[in-house]
Amino acid sequence: MRMNNELHITKPRIVFLAFFLLLLIPSCARPPDNGDTVSSSSGTIENKGSDTIVNLALAWAEAYQQVQPGVRISVTGGGSGTGIASLINGTVDLANASRKIKPEEVANAEANGINPVEFIIAKDAIAIIVNLENPVDRLTIDQLSDIYSGKIDNWLEVGGEDRPIVRLSRETNSGTHVYFLEQVLRKGDKNDETLFSPDTLLLPSSEGISAEIRQNPNAIGYDGLGYVTDDLKVIAVSAGPDGPYILPSAESVNNQEYPIARDLYMYTAEEPSGAILEYLDWIRTAEAQAIVKELGFVPIVQ
Amino acid sequence: MMQSRSWKEYLITHMVKVSGYSAIIFVVMIFIFLLREGSATIIEVPLKSLLSTRWYPIEGYFGILPLIGGSIIVTIGATLIAVPLGVCCAIFIAEIAPRWVREILKPLVELLAGLPSVMLGFLGILVIAPAVRQILNVPTGLTAFTGAMLLAGMAIPTIVSVAEDALDSVPRTYRDASLAMGATKWQTIWRVTLPAARSGVLTAVMLGVGRTIGETMTVMMVTGNAPVMPTGLGSLFRPARTMTATIAAEMGEVASGSVHYHTLFFIGIVLFAISLLINLVAARIVFRQQKRAERILS
Repeated sequence: MRMNNELHITKPRIVFLAFFLLLLIPSCARPPDNGDTVSSSSGTIENKGSDTIVNLALAWAEAYQQVQPGVRISVTGGGSGTGIASLINGTVDLANASRKIKPEEVANAEANGINPVEFIIAKDAIAIIVNLENPVDRLTIDQLSDIYSGKIDNWLEVGGEDRPIVRLSRETNSGTHVYFLEQVLRKGDKNDETLFSPDTLLLPSSEGISAEIRQNPNAIGYDGLGYVTDDLKVIAVSAGPDGPYILPSAESVNNQEYPIARDLYMYTAEEPSGAILEYLDWIRTAEAQAIVKELGFVPIVQ
Repeated sequence: MMQSRSWKEYLITHMVKVSGYSAIIFVVMIFIFLLREGSATIIEVPLKSLLSTRWYPIEGYFGILPLIGGSIIVTIGATLIAVPLGVCCAIFIAEIAPRWVREILKPLVELLAGLPSVMLGFLGILVIAPAVRQILNVPTGLTAFTGAMLLAGMAIPTIVSVAEDALDSVPRTYRDASLAMGATKWQTIWRVTLPAARSGVLTAVMLGVGRTIGETMTVMMVTGNAPVMPTGLGSLFRPARTMTATIAAEMGEVASGSVHYHTLFFIGIVLFAISLLINLVAARIVFRQQKRAERILS
């Protein structure tokens, strides 16, 4: 009798479980092909990539709800490489990247039948930051390169106090790290093999860098202008050996005076149409670009 | 009725047996997985490059020695802090503290073990790292030592809890006999109770050390993650990059199947081997101690 009873309890459970699993199946499948079948005012846009852009993309997605309530945009971070890899695998509609797509990534995409299309969506300046107590307020790109490659080890050598320099950087998987390596350490020279000094601290987050610089007068770090707070000191940077030294700001980036600035991109798998095209068009309006400014990036349209 | 009972018995016995074997099966399966994903490194990366001292994978530098060194120095630091503190705390709770203090202290210490490591990491960044920099007068507070201190904080609850149980299970008669022969309380603890509980205390230490070498999050947040080759105990006060932090920081972004990906799994194999070695050595020591203790007591 008891056995029988137990059976009666388990049976509905299994049925329920099976039913539940059935429910899950359609949600695993990809939504209908983007653009072609989705009408212009509804659908889901999968947006993934650069951690630098993720806050901006989220703010845009939120604001776009007011403009086009039928379109759902889901935003995830993970890094530029992750976003582009997902675009190549066909799992996202829009990839965010803080660097240009690499030739080998384009080749991979083409092998998969995907032809990425590039859109510049905003600009970003990388600010060099130090502790408020640090008297140094300007550096050249050459000096920055020497500091980060380990040739300069003391603040005295760049006009500061007699303190050791503690170099802070983002982890190697960050698009900002790669950009800084190419544009600052190697000064844009493709054949330059300069590397970060091995004792460069690689911190996993922007917050880690700000927290250390806030309390350590020996430290120097870099981060997107959008993440710099008032309790950090921003260094004026000069491209040449004798100035002019420029502080990063919306103006100095857009008229291309500030030397460590870059474009931010979104990539689509093909020429966009429908909901995705509307979204990209909206991003390049003054309304959307106002959000760019709010988050500390540099708008492309004033 | 009888039949159904024997059938149940059979089922339960076998379920227990399967659970027992499953531990072995899981470990073997994990090891096979690591080998499958990581062994390609030995072919792809020349041994000379693998055993160099430069780790910068995005440019093809795959020297894993600084990472192994980083893990070892952080673990040694944590052990040096956690073992004396943990064992002494266990002795205090088990032997010296009055009953009511003990009943408050033990659950409190065990509660510490439940602290999420991310929280400890934030504590490290905001409080301990600045303090380490100012007190020790080093260039940065994000050092192996900072990580070691936090890891010690994570290992101490484990050590205290297990060691206290071991001390507690030493028969009362041992202590009574020792005290009756005129030994002081300290002599009884040091010469009788602690040696009698030796294998349990050693297990406690090994569990604590095991926890420190595998810990990732806290270490990634506070050790600075600079892959510098440690050269001695002085390196404890400089930044270090551990194997666990490297895997955690880089695995998310690496292209599946690339040399970098295989090397990260290879680091996993090395970590696995080191943990295994520690456990084997510990098991051997405990075994030997037990035999000696049996000889003396018989």
